[in-house]
Amino acid sequence: MESRVAAVTNWLEVLVYATAGIAMVVTVVLLVRDEPAAERDWVFVLLAVAELVLLVQLVVGCVNLATTDRDVSGVLFVSYLVGIALALPIGAFWSLAERTRAGTAVLLLAALTVVGLEMRLDAIWGGAGA
Amino acid sequence: MRDLSSGWGRALVFVYGVFAVAATGRSLVQLGTDAGKAPLAYSLSLLAAVIYLVATTCLLMGGRRAWAVAATACTVELVGVLSVGALSYAATDLFPDKTVWSHFGQGYAYFPLVLPVAGLAWLRSARLAPAE
Repeated sequence: MESRVAAVTNWLEVLVYATAGIAMVVTVVLLVRDEPAAERDWVFVLLAVAELVLLVQLVVGCVNLATTDRDVSGVLFVSYLVGIALALPIGAFWSLAERTRAGTAVLLLAALTVVGLEMRLDAIWGGAGA
Repeated sequence: MRDLSSGWGRALVFVYGVFAVAATGRSLVQLGTDAGKAPLAYSLSLLAAVIYLVATTCLLMGGRRAWAVAATACTVELVGVLSVGALSYAATDLFPDKTVWSHFGQGYAYFPLVLPVAGLAWLRSARLAPAE
């Protein structure tokens, strides 16, 4: 059971890094070309896919936490799961009012936040504290 | 004076907001679980959290008074990250646990080091720009 759960979690992590990574590459390209992301609907479709992965991670993460016998700091782990799922929606919302390069930069920073939090999430699952 | 949270200020507010949440959450957990383990490091975490919160709020508010408070917050932040960064290398025994500012913000991809400089640069350019 533990190994199967771990395998799902690993796949989720790969998906989180992959979708956030793609979002970062796309936003960097848009930044360099000075094309506002706010005028490219597909960018937001991409972000929605990344967000979907993070929402699945939120559910799977909570299930994992409930079933594991590892020594994981529960409050910390769940707060990271929730925080990481909030980064993209807040970033997207915040960027929409700024239809310039700066708005695209907000999306890049949001994706970067996801990657940073995911690394911490992984460390916390491994037993790290605050 | 220009609106502090539009244009590139918007990106700045986003990063300050992320750090405000991250630093506040971290210091609360640190102080809540084992405050005695590293009192100096944890107090500095809390100080960093307050400064990020103040800077975020002032950038969002705008206006002359908020500008002045934000400039002070960014300056304290710069002094903090430089001194704590240097101390965390020079006097390791003072910091048994990490703060946001340890090792010049290494654990946060050096964002804590860049952020006050970016903040001060933004505040300066906003003051010089005519109101929109």
